Amino acid sequence: MAVIAALVALPVLTVLAHVFVPAPDIWSHLASTVLPRYLLNTAGLAVGVGIGVLTIGVGTAWLVVMCRFPGQRIFEWALLLPLAVPTYVIAYAYTDFLQFSGPLQSFLRDWFGWGAGDYWFPPVRSLGGAIALLSLVLYPYVYLLTRAAFLEQSVCVLEVGRTLGRGPWRLFGTIAVPLARPAIAGGAALALMETLNEFGAVQFFAVDTFTTGIYRTWFGLGERTAAAQLAGILLLFVLLLLLLERLSRGRSQFFHTSSRYRELPQYELTGVRRWLAIAACSLPVVLGFLVPAALLLEMTLTNGDQRFGWAFLPYVFNSISLAAVAALIAVGLAVVLSYGVRLAPSPLTQAAVRISAMGYAIPGAVVAVGILIPLGWLDQQIYGLLRGEWGWDVGLLLTGTGVALVYAYLVRFLAVSYNTVQASLTKVTPTMDAASRTLGRTAGGTLRRVHAPIMRGSLLGAGILLFVDVMKELPATIILRPFDFTTLAVRSYELASDERLSQSSTASLAIVLVGIVPVILLSRAMRRSRPGSSDD
Amino acid sequence: MSRTTRTTALMLGVGLAAGASVAAAQTLNLYTARHYDSDETLYDAFTEQTGIEVNVLEGDSDQLIERIRREGAASPADVFMTVDAARLNRAEAADILAPVDSEVLEARIPAALQHPDNLWFGFSERVRVVYYDTTVYSEPPLERYEELADERFEGEICIRSSSNDYNQSMVASLIAANGLEATEAWAAGLVENMARTPQGGDTDQLRAVAAGECSIGVGNHYYYTRLELSDNANDQAVVDKTALLFPNQEDRGSHRNIGGAAMVAGAPNTDAAVAFLEFLASDEAQRLFSMGNNEFPAVDGIEPIEALQPYADRQLDDLNVGVLGENNAQAVRLMDRVGWR
Repeated sequence: MAVIAALVALPVLTVLAHVFVPAPDIWSHLASTVLPRYLLNTAGLAVGVGIGVLTIGVGTAWLVVMCRFPGQRIFEWALLLPLAVPTYVIAYAYTDFLQFSGPLQSFLRDWFGWGAGDYWFPPVRSLGGAIALLSLVLYPYVYLLTRAAFLEQSVCVLEVGRTLGRGPWRLFGTIAVPLARPAIAGGAALALMETLNEFGAVQFFAVDTFTTGIYRTWFGLGERTAAAQLAGILLLFVLLLLLLERLSRGRSQFFHTSSRYRELPQYELTGVRRWLAIAACSLPVVLGFLVPAALLLEMTLTNGDQRFGWAFLPYVFNSISLAAVAALIAVGLAVVLSYGVRLAPSPLTQAAVRISAMGYAIPGAVVAVGILIPLGWLDQQIYGLLRGEWGWDVGLLLTGTGVALVYAYLVRFLAVSYNTVQASLTKVTPTMDAASRTLGRTAGGTLRRVHAPIMRGSLLGAGILLFVDVMKELPATIILRPFDFTTLAVRSYELASDERLSQSSTASLAIVLVGIVPVILLSRAMRRSRPGSSDD
Repeated sequence: MSRTTRTTALMLGVGLAAGASVAAAQTLNLYTARHYDSDETLYDAFTEQTGIEVNVLEGDSDQLIERIRREGAASPADVFMTVDAARLNRAEAADILAPVDSEVLEARIPAALQHPDNLWFGFSERVRVVYYDTTVYSEPPLERYEELADERFEGEICIRSSSNDYNQSMVASLIAANGLEATEAWAAGLVENMARTPQGGDTDQLRAVAAGECSIGVGNHYYYTRLELSDNANDQAVVDKTALLFPNQEDRGSHRNIGGAAMVAGAPNTDAAVAFLEFLASDEAQRLFSMGNNEFPAVDGIEPIEALQPYADRQLDDLNVGVLGENNAQAVRLMDRVGWR
């Protein structure tokens, strides 16, 4: 187990190894010019997106789980739809539409006869724009995990709360949220890490963050070491965040001690409240999914990808098969790792697992290079050996094959599956383990017979999250892929990087469409997974 | 379907399939940072002429360099192709290029567009031009890049971020022409004149000029040409309201950059690599290569596409484009110092 964790942590450590190489000259330059801006923007973005995803994610999860209002059942799954929209896609759909030369402002100017400077319009390419739009596609991580946690809460706890006279607001604030805290924190951590490693979208919003700084320092200034050091600082920042959350949670651990589950009694909403609930749930779906999808569709219809047709099938096939393979492996590994930590919680294994989950916070291209270094080395050893001993020229066995790609996805996304599996393991109380072991089951038997049935829904959830994340993944795919191997995300990028945004919309739309299917499956699976729920 | 089948094989982890197909005779493995659909026509023409199959890996330039570096002696890469001389310079600095001594290339590619030791060659030219609003200016508003920093253009100029290679190379060329100090003062003046925070791509600057957000934009010539050739009504409206000018016609000429290619050190198929580079310099390939992105052919005497013919007698900077790469890091630091985001 430690070996798996170490393998996944290797690229991260490779990057971190650069931190201790001195590079004084470039640092004084960075510190006196751009570093303050990187810091401020990154902090602002993290705080803003954090507040955004928590508000939307936790709020809507509570509404759909605990309240009854028209459309509630649809919102249950529809609220997950923005998950299918990659950040870079929502970024360019909106910036194109909302910027000064875009259709909306042009229309307003024509209509009212305004000129430049006659009116104020919120600039979409700004920190505010980045916060708003990233929150809109990242909140589903919080929503997904929080909703699962609410659904899993034993009704007894909530009923005790009610009999003790707690109203819905206080029930929410004093019982439901504290109990769901590990899940909420897990979701927020995923959303924040994705925000911190974001490159394409923030670049589009003209916001310089640590990640854009890493790219610029690496490629523009040619300062490899300083770039890796910046990445190291970014990682420390993430570690600090996670640590703070853990510290503030203190020693307390939450386990549900009752196994009595019934259909949750929901609050029937009436009057204004009903409309407010509908508005609160539809806004994220409309802005985070329907509007960008409509904008993409419009671009595709007017000026789409000329290659659309049969040529697109291999892209779709490549995207789906990669995503499926990576998702399966990642969930399997996450189970092994989180189970290992549970059984033998030594500080060493815990540290190894924690580092292996860090890959999510590092910008994709940096991870990719962190992977190239050890894989390339290994490849050359094999190459040299086979050639030297037998004169075989086998070329590269790892770099530029599916193996490298799947490895990269594991390094990048293990945190997603690990956090999800870990969160669901907390609902398996230690007493259950004890009972099972006392009754003579082995550790493996306990996993299969006791844990697996309870965690089934969450495992499926983890797999589907992974699938969608891999579908959207771009930087590592581009650099590590084999010859003539194009995925939907790569196709979309190729056109967008050539400033052919409207043509790239076709592949983007395809990513969104392919992503919707698993997202809906996910929602159904989650509903079924709640013990005691009357199936739908 | 062969692609799909191979993909499946790869997915199953049969890495050997890739090894074998790469090692087969008569192939050329091309790592390219160009993403033009029309490039496929170019590769097909090469295959037809020589019988050599082309395997293509597209990617971001800097990352391709990193990949070739890490693949080392086992790398299948034969030819590395990219845009912007600064990136070729980075490939050179990473020690992944091998010199090609070819009479054909020597004779056909102008001296300013090739590496002094033949490590790389330019096959097309792109020019950094100025777009302007023709409803504001009936005459071209300026003649030199240097004037972009003039006070009279305060709040009038749209230009993208200094993270962009094209801007970095433009500033590198100014450093070569005017020295570091003068260029820093110029950049500071330009930042004062910006109409908005640098954002978007070159096309976005052009659209902003047409929409009236600013009256002057800076970008590469082919983005204008692309809209000119588009049959989209919005694109035509942009072209109708704007024009482009080639700066510094009376002195050193407009700043030019290249789309270029090089042979990779340790290339498994050196003959194919040289054949491919020589093919790129041929009349037919020159047309295809430059047409893909509406660029000017590098070889003298080859006519550019019709839309570019009005600019056929433009004056271009004779500075060897390799200098752009050498000055690149200095240019980036300079832009950091003046607060050009």
